[in-house]
Amino acid sequence: MNSRDAILGRIRTALADVPAGEQPHDVPVPRHYRRSHAEPGEDTVALFAERVADYRATVTRTDRAGLSAAIAAALTLRGVEQLALPGGFPVELLPAGRWQWHTEPLDIPGLDALDGALTLAAAGIAVTGTLVLDTGPGQGRRALTLVPDYHLCVVRADRIAADVPEALARLDPTLPLTFVSGPSATSDIELDRVEGVHGPRTLDVIIVDPALPEQP
Amino acid sequence: MTARDPAPAPGSRGVVWLGAPSFPDAARIALGDTRLRANLKRATATIRDKRVAVASELDDWEDLRDAAAAIKNRTARHLDHYLVRLEESVTAAGGTVHWACDAAEANRIVTALVQATGEREVVKVKSMATQEIGLNEHLADAGITAYETDLAELIVQLGDDRPSHILVPAIHKNRTEIRDLFTAEMGRWGQPAPENLGDDPRELAEAARRHLREKFLTAKVAVSGANFAVADTGTVVVVESEGNGRMCLTLPETLITVMGIEKVIPTWSDLEVFLQLLPRSSTGERMNPYTSTWTGTTDGDGPTEFHLVLLDNGRTDTLADEVGRQALACIRCSACLNVCPVFERTGGHAYGSVYPGPIGAVLTPQLVGIEQAASLPFASTLCGACYDACPVKINIPEVLAHLRAEAVEAKRTANRLPTAEAVAMKAAGKVLDSPRLLAAAQKAAALGGRAVARDGRIGRLPGPLRGWSDTRDTPAPPVESFRTWWRKNKEGER
Repeated sequence: MNSRDAILGRIRTALADVPAGEQPHDVPVPRHYRRSHAEPGEDTVALFAERVADYRATVTRTDRAGLSAAIAAALTLRGVEQLALPGGFPVELLPAGRWQWHTEPLDIPGLDALDGALTLAAAGIAVTGTLVLDTGPGQGRRALTLVPDYHLCVVRADRIAADVPEALARLDPTLPLTFVSGPSATSDIELDRVEGVHGPRTLDVIIVDPALPEQP
Repeated sequence: MTARDPAPAPGSRGVVWLGAPSFPDAARIALGDTRLRANLKRATATIRDKRVAVASELDDWEDLRDAAAAIKNRTARHLDHYLVRLEESVTAAGGTVHWACDAAEANRIVTALVQATGEREVVKVKSMATQEIGLNEHLADAGITAYETDLAELIVQLGDDRPSHILVPAIHKNRTEIRDLFTAEMGRWGQPAPENLGDDPRELAEAARRHLREKFLTAKVAVSGANFAVADTGTVVVVESEGNGRMCLTLPETLITVMGIEKVIPTWSDLEVFLQLLPRSSTGERMNPYTSTWTGTTDGDGPTEFHLVLLDNGRTDTLADEVGRQALACIRCSACLNVCPVFERTGGHAYGSVYPGPIGAVLTPQLVGIEQAASLPFASTLCGACYDACPVKINIPEVLAHLRAEAVEAKRTANRLPTAEAVAMKAAGKVLDSPRLLAAAQKAAALGGRAVARDGRIGRLPGPLRGWSDTRDTPAPPVESFRTWWRKNKEGER
């Protein structure tokens, strides 16, 4: 007997007390929890901004017209110049200036040589202050927002879900997803929280409100 | 670079550290370590406060706990169904699923997979399952070096030490000890620590970043555990903070994930419960910095080869116990450790297992058999703080009491001659069964007890009862029992 059959057989023996006719859905799961912990009528975009800032990330809100200037201001403040730019990022939003934009193909040493990455996001979660990347247009593959030390993320206000249940319902689990809540951190030494370990040590978020028009 | 613990012998389940003293002996040693106690007290108090603060932000916390417990119950009662479904989904998404009956088989599978790549080094995401099976030691025996990349696991590995906490394995070490360790050991594993390294946690984290950076960027093979795996979609989830997980899950070409069979959950939407409960219960954050989910392999992004090893290693034995099976609901958040008055004083090493604290006291004996860890169910005051803190509502005190009965039973069947305790219990049973004998015994105890008592307390009990009185005072018995008093005063009033 192979191990697969052995384990499945052991499970069936162990569950002798479960009635033979019982189906998984016969076991009740009470779902009285809230779909959202945001208060009814609460400004979820403001809540998102507040909760992201709690992780010591910087949050800026701007409208479409001010977006290029907001990107330029963040990059200038951080002193970054060499940036990874994922495919599908709306190039008309890029500020004119001394910045060098690097597009794929980028190998790992090439990514490591860059200062940062500028991307869009698939979703935001207001209550937890979380960004979600799903490798879609303008987000790049996962390494792009991981290897460089700085991540500037532009999220559309209409992509911000109130809470975790709503966000998961919007996302496609067949895509590789990365949930980002602030910069990388550790509490491993005396439970003293330190921001900035292996992932990007700095995270800046720009919320665009009202939203960008859909990309063709 | 030899690890202190040997790889588990064939047929062994790992989990416990061979030769570790029983809990009472180990606890006595740990209690004498004032630095350890100070480290633990500060750390657990900090994290307790954070957990309570973020859990109380959600006014439906109890509803979330109920849902989580019910989802885990549904999964456990139909585990075969969900595992077969998971296998189908992962395979359809381009992954390969392996089944391992025990530690030895899982180690063999992973070692063969690494050897097939031709690589001699792997990077690892923090994983309880691979700790449990002693994978690093097994790989070392095969000439493969496994680099732990979680900061705390790195501290444990550099110190040739053992983890003492599920979430923060190096909680027993303070910043100065860690600084000294980095300075002494980092150079032997790779990039040395910077000259004149200070002991500020920020500096230490920076040293770890520099030490591991080159390994992340060049590693071809990674090994991880899993927090959840969704049966319906084949999606595997890793929850972390530092980004070392993301590095391991995305940069190498081959990813091998070792996962206990109880980690499967039915659907993608079930994650909405656990992703709210886990970060708040474990690190006391609304959300941990990074959660990665992946489904098989993806063209042009991440590993081209994904292997999922499903590990039994005593879990089906645990499942067979109708009371004890709830321990399989554990999501390894460690909230129970941080609220436990025993853990706070003894630390994790005293439990002699990779699973310490209250959950360890119920999980370890079930995974390896009660006779291998007979003292653990007694390593508790049964105060119930762990049950209140548990996000998946494992009734740890109930399982502890159940396992205590099993431990006594196991001792009885192992010994041909009854133990002194068993004889005493049998005699006590006889006495408690008979009003006449009980009255006589109470009278004798009242006389004897009052004779040796000082200020209404008995410090030392005689003979075999001494073991009990070594750590407790016994109140002196009253002059007369309630029954005697009743007969004298109330009997005639009916």
